[in-house]
Amino acid sequence: MAAGKAAARVGVGARASEKYTAVGGVSVQSYFVRHAQTLVGSLGRIVHQPFAALLTMGVVGIALALPLLLDLCLTNLRDAADYWNDAYDLSVYIDKAASAGRAADLARQLRQRGDVAAVRLITADQALAEFRNTSGFGTALDALTDNPLPDTLVVTPAVSASTPEATESLRAAIAAMADVQSVQLDTEWVKRLRAVLDVLRRALLITAALLGAGVVLIVGNTIRLDILNRSAEIEVMKLVGASDGFARRPFLYSGIWFGLGGGLLALILVDAAAALLARPVESLAKLYGSPFQLQGLRAATGAAALLLAIALSWLGSWVAATRHIRRSDPT
Amino acid sequence: MIRFDQVHKRYANGREALAGVSFTIEQGELAFLTGHSGAGKSSILKLIALIERPTRGQVFIDGKSTAVIKPRGIPQFRRNLGVVFQDHKLLHDRPVADNVALPLIIAGVPRREIDKRVRAALDQVGLLGKENVRPLELSTGEQQRVGIARAVVAKPALLIADEPTGNLDPHLALEVMKLFKRFSEVGVTVVVATHDMHVIEPFAARRIVLGDGRVTDPGVPAP
Repeated sequence: MAAGKAAARVGVGARASEKYTAVGGVSVQSYFVRHAQTLVGSLGRIVHQPFAALLTMGVVGIALALPLLLDLCLTNLRDAADYWNDAYDLSVYIDKAASAGRAADLARQLRQRGDVAAVRLITADQALAEFRNTSGFGTALDALTDNPLPDTLVVTPAVSASTPEATESLRAAIAAMADVQSVQLDTEWVKRLRAVLDVLRRALLITAALLGAGVVLIVGNTIRLDILNRSAEIEVMKLVGASDGFARRPFLYSGIWFGLGGGLLALILVDAAAALLARPVESLAKLYGSPFQLQGLRAATGAAALLLAIALSWLGSWVAATRHIRRSDPT
Repeated sequence: MIRFDQVHKRYANGREALAGVSFTIEQGELAFLTGHSGAGKSSILKLIALIERPTRGQVFIDGKSTAVIKPRGIPQFRRNLGVVFQDHKLLHDRPVADNVALPLIIAGVPRREIDKRVRAALDQVGLLGKENVRPLELSTGEQQRVGIARAVVAKPALLIADEPTGNLDPHLALEVMKLFKRFSEVGVTVVVATHDMHVIEPFAARRIVLGDGRVTDPGVPAP
């Protein structure tokens, strides 16, 4: 009976006349409030059932970490190639007409320059012997009465002189010395390395595209299972007037969380890998006399990767949710 | 309020659930759909809620044919309709208040307004004070009343119920039916499908009797 009195008190008699205005008037503010609630609500569900969510984030993170690591390696290789390019040796060919000790003299002079790190002398005889050993023309060379090869100096510029301009001025200075026939700054192998890096970069893009598609599918499948688990809830919501868009929204936010979590995990993995590699790379570079240091992921790349992770994950959840929520009409 | 005009319904499996059903229910009327199971009671409710579409014939709600409502319009249509289920269909991971609030949240009613209306609806079914209880902690009868509160919280003009007392003992069933009677008295059109003739016996209300997909007795509106 108390309920009856209450019914009269809240004025349910006015119901018929206000039936179409009763639930109208959605303000912009309440729209955002609802979105915020859904966002927090979907995070809450992840917190309550962390295992499945962490599993998905883990897969997303690893899938994204692979291309990021490749990118890190390629970027660093390119930087390293730049260093080596600048610090590359100069080959100095001595005039055949010069006197016998001239090459050793020149080597001594060059060693005193501040912009030269080392000079190695390869005499014509040494060069011929090496050529005989490696070329397979041994007997043919015996037919030569004269050694056609010149004395050669291999000059390694100092680190301080490893910029392209400094190397070039060193080259010019050596070329101007007496009895120097020519100076060669051979960058052919760097060009080849660059070409190889370009091929690898293309391969990286293909890998990234494939793994990105993988992320869409992984998240899509997780969301699909989530929708199947919660089909009763979706059915109830649709029966009391929820649009497909409303029913889909929490799943889209789940997708965003998966992307954010997976993206952050990928960044952590790549950073950890870079930290593990930094020291050995530094020692390796030192052995080559290079000041090269492994550079971690750039902030811009990291931010882009994170946004991409969120976008891909959102796309996966959108495809799955749109498809399965339309199907789960009440029966 | 509700008019069925020569409605046929044949399901994909070939079963003919309704074979030319016609009847009219006026606004504010309480009508019981009765008949043995399989007579077509649930099919009629599904056609009203646009869960199913007629194979032939037309259903008019509030003077409008439901045939003109496109799939995109169905959510808006259902917001003016309250539905009560035999198995309650409550969300067990959320407290009573959230269950009752669901239609209002979906409709985008502001938070303050929601709290007020949820309390009013719970008051109407005698469950005020149970807002923060989980549905599974309630008795079956109380769960059914939560379902009814959810159905009426958005103040729909039309309330339909499918075997709402199917799981209740006679005493609780009578209480639930009294609730429906009370809603009809304040202007809500109420259609209750039930096979339980005992529980509706005390009520002077319209009885539409179905048999094998046809109306065998259209009944007379209560005076």
